[in-house]
Amino acid sequence: MQRELAPLFPMASAQTRTELVRLLRMPAFTAISIALPIMFYAFFGVPQAHIHYQSTTAGLYILGSFSAYAVLSIALFSFGASVAAERGTGATRLMRATPLRRSAYFFGKVVAALCFSAVAVTLLVLFAIVTNSAHPSLSMFLNLLGDLLLGCIPFIVLGFAVGYLASINSAIAVLNLINLPLAFASGLFVPLTELPKWVRMVAPYLPTYHYGQLAWGAMGAPVEPALRSFLWLAGYAIVFLAVALRAYHRDERKEFA
Amino acid sequence: MIAFEKVTKRYGSVAALDRVDLRLEGDQTVAILGPNGAGKTTAISLMLGLRHPTSGIVRVLGYDPRDVRAHTAIGAMLQTSGVPGYLSVREAIDLFRTYYPQPLPISQILATAGLHTLERARVTTLSGGELQRLYFALAICGDPRVLLLDEPTVGLDVEARRGMLRTIRTIAGEGRMVVLTTHYLEEADALADRIIVLNHGCIVADGPPSQIKAYVARKRLAFRSSSAQVPEALHAAGISQLEQPDEHVFNCVTEQPERVLYELFSRGIDISDLTVTGASLEEAFLALTGSGESHAA
Repeated sequence: MQRELAPLFPMASAQTRTELVRLLRMPAFTAISIALPIMFYAFFGVPQAHIHYQSTTAGLYILGSFSAYAVLSIALFSFGASVAAERGTGATRLMRATPLRRSAYFFGKVVAALCFSAVAVTLLVLFAIVTNSAHPSLSMFLNLLGDLLLGCIPFIVLGFAVGYLASINSAIAVLNLINLPLAFASGLFVPLTELPKWVRMVAPYLPTYHYGQLAWGAMGAPVEPALRSFLWLAGYAIVFLAVALRAYHRDERKEFA
Repeated sequence: MIAFEKVTKRYGSVAALDRVDLRLEGDQTVAILGPNGAGKTTAISLMLGLRHPTSGIVRVLGYDPRDVRAHTAIGAMLQTSGVPGYLSVREAIDLFRTYYPQPLPISQILATAGLHTLERARVTTLSGGELQRLYFALAICGDPRVLLLDEPTVGLDVEARRGMLRTIRTIAGEGRMVVLTTHYLEEADALADRIIVLNHGCIVADGPPSQIKAYVARKRLAFRSSSAQVPEALHAAGISQLEQPDEHVFNCVTEQPERVLYELFSRGIDISDLTVTGASLEEAFLALTGSGESHAA
């Protein structure tokens, strides 16, 4: 008997492979996503690594910060920038004319970004070990990775929203405008205790703050219960999803009505 | 296989298609011919579900064109299209093959589209003609029942254009319907069993190429003469659209320029500055839509 539709699994895995190829062949994005957190860690983390801080070492704490920053950036950029680019080049139009299932398309992007995030965090942790600045145990590392990958969902959704709202030219700028202030105001670059009072007051309402809590918690710092962080992130995921769906439907009406 | 029932598509106040009825059946190759803005791309977009009709119904193989089953049976080459530039030709085709339940073998796709030597080339490095061949390869890779080609030769040089026409001919008639849009009558004539002429969102002619070509077999004849017998001779020759921009200048349209000249010379009428030009497709469209009579050359 002839199959009416193509099977979903090979389609989804081919999409994933394509997204991974994109990461490998667009080295500017890939290298920056991996190198920036390592560079920041080298500047901020390595020199004061062995200071005792927040009942752990500054090295581990800052390793947590930049791990969170790495995954945050990848989640935002790999979705926002690639969706905007596909819309801008007409690739979205051609895909829409094929029986590519939307679920396979999104699956490919999400899985590839998660794989890439895992690689970026692993390389950062290896850098910390090699420079003898932080030595997370295997369970700390797995905790960190698991929490960050699970917790990055709202940022993936936010990336999609920007991808559908912004043009190919403005997407990167808009994403930077979201990424950098959020990361800064949540204490991912400089610990919150060093930031102005008003920032400390705003921070607990930012999704990135609760994302940072997950990372610092995994590194042994005293933080809010993980469940609370996840609930905050889930709340933000719902808000961003509403924005993303609106943006998606707006784009649909404009391009495909 | 493809049916339009009273389909109207408006963009704001502009009707790109105006109450179009259309039935395309069997394994024929159909050319939709028309000038820019005639509604050709809109018709293709509706068949693909990339646009929805303002009113009326579009069906492809009995399905709503947005249905994934319709997309599975259709291959399409669009005018505004894109493929991830970082992929190689082969990777792009392999990716698209996973979208279909019974894809053609990769070797057959590469051979048909003439891409076997470019298998490893990155999409970004392809020339315009090569890219167009890749889009063609992506359109056929699901072994579609219906192949929709929106201006497949646009922007191609003579050589590439000839190659594309050859390629389309090899894939047509293998138990599939091919629908293509074009500006060029020669192209439609070379490929199609049926030509549908679209202008201002309406079908103005629909028939086999021989019938459509008859409309453009006309020639425009212009000359200068001081003889008073000219109008009589011209009418005897059965011309149409006589215009006299000047008392001594005659401008007319005929299907038989030789007969007009015979009538003039056999009456001993002296003429000068004779030009005979083929009526353009544009002029043929204008004649078909009835606005030709008021059209001053």
